[in-house]
Amino acid sequence: MDSTNSPIKPLSEIKTGDQVTLFSIKVGRELTSRLTSLGLTPGTVIEVLQNFGRGPLIVNVRGTHVALGRREAARLLVQGVELQ
Amino acid sequence: MNAGCHDTGSPQTKKHLAVKGSPLIALAGQPNVGKSTVFNLLTGLNQHVGNWPGKTVERKEGKFKYAGREYRLVDLPGTYSLTANSPEELITRDFILTEAPDLVVALVNAANLERSLYLVAELITLPAPLVVVLNMMDVAGQAGITIEANVLEAALGVPVIPLTATHAESTPHLLESIKKMVTSDVVQTPRVPEIRADHQEILDKMLCLLGEFVPSPYPENWVALKLLEGDREITQKMQAVLPPDRWGQIHALLKDHDDAMLAIASGRYEWIGRLTRAAVIHPKIGQISLTDRLDRWAAHPVFGLVLLGFILGLVFWLTFSLGSPAQQWFNTQIITPFGMMVNSWLAGSAGWLRSLIVDGIIGGVGSVLTFLPILIIFFATFGFLEDVGYMARAAYVMDNFMHWMGLHGKSFLPLFLGFGCNVPAVIGTRVIDSRKSRLLTILLAPFVPCTARMAVLAFLAPAFFGSQAIWVIWGLVFFSLFILVVLGVVLNRVLFKGERSAFIMEMPLYHIPNLRTIGMLIWQRSLSFVKKAGTIILLISVVVWALSVLPDGNIEHSALARIGQLVEPVGRWMGMDWKLTVALLTSFVAKENAIATLGILFGGVQDNGLSQTLATIYSPATALGFLTVSLLFIPCAATMSVIRQETGSWKWTFVNIGIMLVVSIAAGTAVYQIASALGL
Repeated sequence: MDSTNSPIKPLSEIKTGDQVTLFSIKVGRELTSRLTSLGLTPGTVIEVLQNFGRGPLIVNVRGTHVALGRREAARLLVQGVELQ
Repeated sequence: MNAGCHDTGSPQTKKHLAVKGSPLIALAGQPNVGKSTVFNLLTGLNQHVGNWPGKTVERKEGKFKYAGREYRLVDLPGTYSLTANSPEELITRDFILTEAPDLVVALVNAANLERSLYLVAELITLPAPLVVVLNMMDVAGQAGITIEANVLEAALGVPVIPLTATHAESTPHLLESIKKMVTSDVVQTPRVPEIRADHQEILDKMLCLLGEFVPSPYPENWVALKLLEGDREITQKMQAVLPPDRWGQIHALLKDHDDAMLAIASGRYEWIGRLTRAAVIHPKIGQISLTDRLDRWAAHPVFGLVLLGFILGLVFWLTFSLGSPAQQWFNTQIITPFGMMVNSWLAGSAGWLRSLIVDGIIGGVGSVLTFLPILIIFFATFGFLEDVGYMARAAYVMDNFMHWMGLHGKSFLPLFLGFGCNVPAVIGTRVIDSRKSRLLTILLAPFVPCTARMAVLAFLAPAFFGSQAIWVIWGLVFFSLFILVVLGVVLNRVLFKGERSAFIMEMPLYHIPNLRTIGMLIWQRSLSFVKKAGTIILLISVVVWALSVLPDGNIEHSALARIGQLVEPVGRWMGMDWKLTVALLTSFVAKENAIATLGILFGGVQDNGLSQTLATIYSPATALGFLTVSLLFIPCAATMSVIRQETGSWKWTFVNIGIMLVVSIAAGTAVYQIASALGL
């Protein structure tokens, strides 16, 4: 992981337009496998394209736009990327 | 580490001898890489659509000729990876391992190379020879992405072919490459992904433990990786073939390293990163794509719903302004004259034979076939919305609401299609990836009032309720949708224990729809419907006809009337006599048959005459009871046969019929009793 010391938060709490790094995935094996095949592995940069505070989110990961249920997003722990 | 037991450092080599006879080619790729476009491009109309044995997944196989040789092409289901999470993934890998195709053509999306190479990272470790096709080069070009295919080819160690499948002129190069691969002996030494360095030791240990126990045709290295990935099928297989003590050791190793799956996935992305760093030039960041701009509206929680409402309104408008007249035209200009023509041909033959062919077969199958124009409109809109990339947005904005019923957004559009006809609704559930959600959506689809049931409603309601009819119609439609929602919540609790399937979905980039792909989809779906009309629907029509004429040709004394009288006590709960009950029973062939049957039972009165006659005989309460039960009654023969086809099980088909039978009778009874109590 990058040496940023920003706090670890669930992805569901990240605002639209923010970029974060995926820290860990707290879902079952099968779901983890589906997430990784869509590009979500620890260390990946995730850009939140849409998060209205309720309902599913849209994120950009490795150039793919992925819709994630709020429940799933709450189980993806992320860390802020420090702005240069 | 025991270095003696396995030489894991050596590169994997794929060897394949030149093919005699007609080569077997498998087409693999992730969803949204344009796989069906390429498949159609190569095979044209020369293709066959069926199901994979024992599965409800579509299997497309086709043939094409090139340089005097015939090739067989099998379209493998679109999957993101090859871990056994879904039937699609199992089918893909089993086909490659056990059917040993002469060549696997892996399709990747050039505009989204990083993600779509993930499947290639898995395919490249399997024994079959591989070529990688970079599809959608035009889309990549528009997005400012430059890919050097030869650099990628050198880095991968397998041929890489750039392609724009929507332009026919790019086919020769692909065909030539396929030909070259199968007409000569091939030795490929591709560069394969490695597990992330910190887990290499664990992989080596696993390979040591597996030793010589891996059964053919599985590659040892692949089995070791799948075990570490927690693949359910391979775990069960290996547990069965390994001696218990050996399995115990493997099990312990897996338990200590349950994060190995992430190390494997990371390894694959590192491999992809190495490939693309050299071969791909990305545009400057900060460029806002068309997809981003469109999604600000299409995926917005408010505007997105407005847009969806607008699109659905348009579909309705198309159905009623184009579909309904086309249906009527089809009926009066083709089916009816055809029936009369056949009737005069058979003038000299026995009366029962004429009746069987004209009333039974042409009447039954014909009335089902008149729905073809409406079906075509629905298949076309569905295909168009899917191909353009909008379907994912509709699913996204409806997700919140659908979660209520234990479904997710992807179930919305198939259900909506049900307003036209339940047949495409049931077929449309193929877009839902979780089997549970798909089954629940299929069970609920027949509760959406289709045009045929709306026709019955529109025919009878005005005679009974005059100017209030419109409110009765809307009331009953909303009532059946309310029942659908309640049933969704209940079935989800009872059958699936409230388990909610996760919502993870790729939002593909918007792109210009390919008319050929949409046309092919309409053609295949319509063909399959017509085939069904010629088989199961034909059979059911004949049986219902036989019941309505036996023993003496008069429907009033027929076996069907007998059955009607037998179940009349149940009909009475809803205020119905045996005639209405029989009308309800014949709606099984096609929903609008209820009107035709009443026409026969009340002496062939046509047009508004019939509904006026009925209004003088029955009370409004009875009419409400009858209309309610008609709206919710068991699915018609055509819908039933696609439910059987799509669930792959008679059990679920009968569960569906049973649920509808109980719900329709209960609702019809309740409505009639309440209406009577109110003095209607």
